[in-house]
Amino acid sequence: MDGIHDMGGMHGFGKVEAEANEPVFHAPWEGHCLALNRAMGYTGIWTIDQTRAGIEELPPDVYLSSSYYKKWALRLENLVVARGLADADEIAAGHALRPGKTLKRKLAPADVPNTLTRGSFARPAQAPARFKPGDRVRTKNIHPATHTRLPRYARGRTGVVEALRGCHVFPDIAALGQGDDPQWLYTVLFDGRELWGDSAEPSLKVSIEAFEPYLEPA
Amino acid sequence: MQLRVRALETVLAEKGYIDPAAIDALIEAYETKVGPHIGARVVAKAWSDPVFKRALLENATEAVLPLGLLNRVGDHLIAVENTPKLHNMIVCTLCSCYPWEVLGLPPVWYKSAPYRSRAVNDPRGVLDDFDVRLPADTAIRVWDSTAETRFIVLPMRPSGTDGWSEDQLAALVTRDCMIGTGLPKQPGEAA
Repeated sequence: MDGIHDMGGMHGFGKVEAEANEPVFHAPWEGHCLALNRAMGYTGIWTIDQTRAGIEELPPDVYLSSSYYKKWALRLENLVVARGLADADEIAAGHALRPGKTLKRKLAPADVPNTLTRGSFARPAQAPARFKPGDRVRTKNIHPATHTRLPRYARGRTGVVEALRGCHVFPDIAALGQGDDPQWLYTVLFDGRELWGDSAEPSLKVSIEAFEPYLEPA
Repeated sequence: MQLRVRALETVLAEKGYIDPAAIDALIEAYETKVGPHIGARVVAKAWSDPVFKRALLENATEAVLPLGLLNRVGDHLIAVENTPKLHNMIVCTLCSCYPWEVLGLPPVWYKSAPYRSRAVNDPRGVLDDFDVRLPADTAIRVWDSTAETRFIVLPMRPSGTDGWSEDQLAALVTRDCMIGTGLPKQPGEAA
């Protein structure tokens, strides 16, 4: 979706301000929020792309004015209610008022070390790769109202395939709950001028990780 | 937010979806086990061992496994090398994708609008915000993490470190130099 999350190239956000000696979490609830999101993801009730879509679907004013972990908390509340895992009155009350659903699995403390690493997103290919390193490609000018990983600044642009990264879960489809729909993934390299015109730094190059359905031959 | 998140946690626990002990274990792991010290070991080894460096740049996922830094590593780790002519910088313009396994959780600035908006069209300006100035003839390459591939920058080994051990070298490797918004410490700066 053409949402506020798609920030590449926008102006007006000001300087990058790094915090010296930044703690991992700025308050205990941030750690709990992260861990709750991880533990609920572990149940298999939704995919990572559905959770990303859940952040992108927050209203733009909420997105911009909420801290990172606040966005995660709002997203989790929304997903929990949308999937019927709990009702809004229960979250407001801070207690379960009705029995829970049965989920596929539940994260036990002993399994925590194994969850510190992401699983593989590689999947068997449905067809041979259409492009190879060195090929010139153009990204499609697509504007789906749902989740996509093709950023706006890189749509309708011509670049060169630099590497083939294997065949992966296709986020655009996985976010819709329609399975993995594996697609070839490429690193596609663009000249700065192709993206930003004459205002680009002369030697700048920018790459995106592009799924094959985003690309056509150039 | 403290009360709001606690309410959510209580509901999810009472529903039987989560085990609060697992939540506590996750928090502890992210606070104490994962972090940029892991990536620093990887960089220090690459600086010391040309065979490992080649393997790392060829396939970082497989190369880091035998180091035993974690019991498993995510499948799609890619290491990119800085040279005098090329400086790499990592961003996720769409959200916050970051190589957690080797760098820990991302800092707030990495997830912020200023960084995500400007890294792809004004990387030299972003570096300026970090007080990093590159030679004019060093080209900048920005990697936007728009899929499940994750990137770590292999910075240039500081001069004056001949004969240093991997432990000594690791002390020069900052988190930011593995994202591309910083440079390694110089020998005199090591803590």
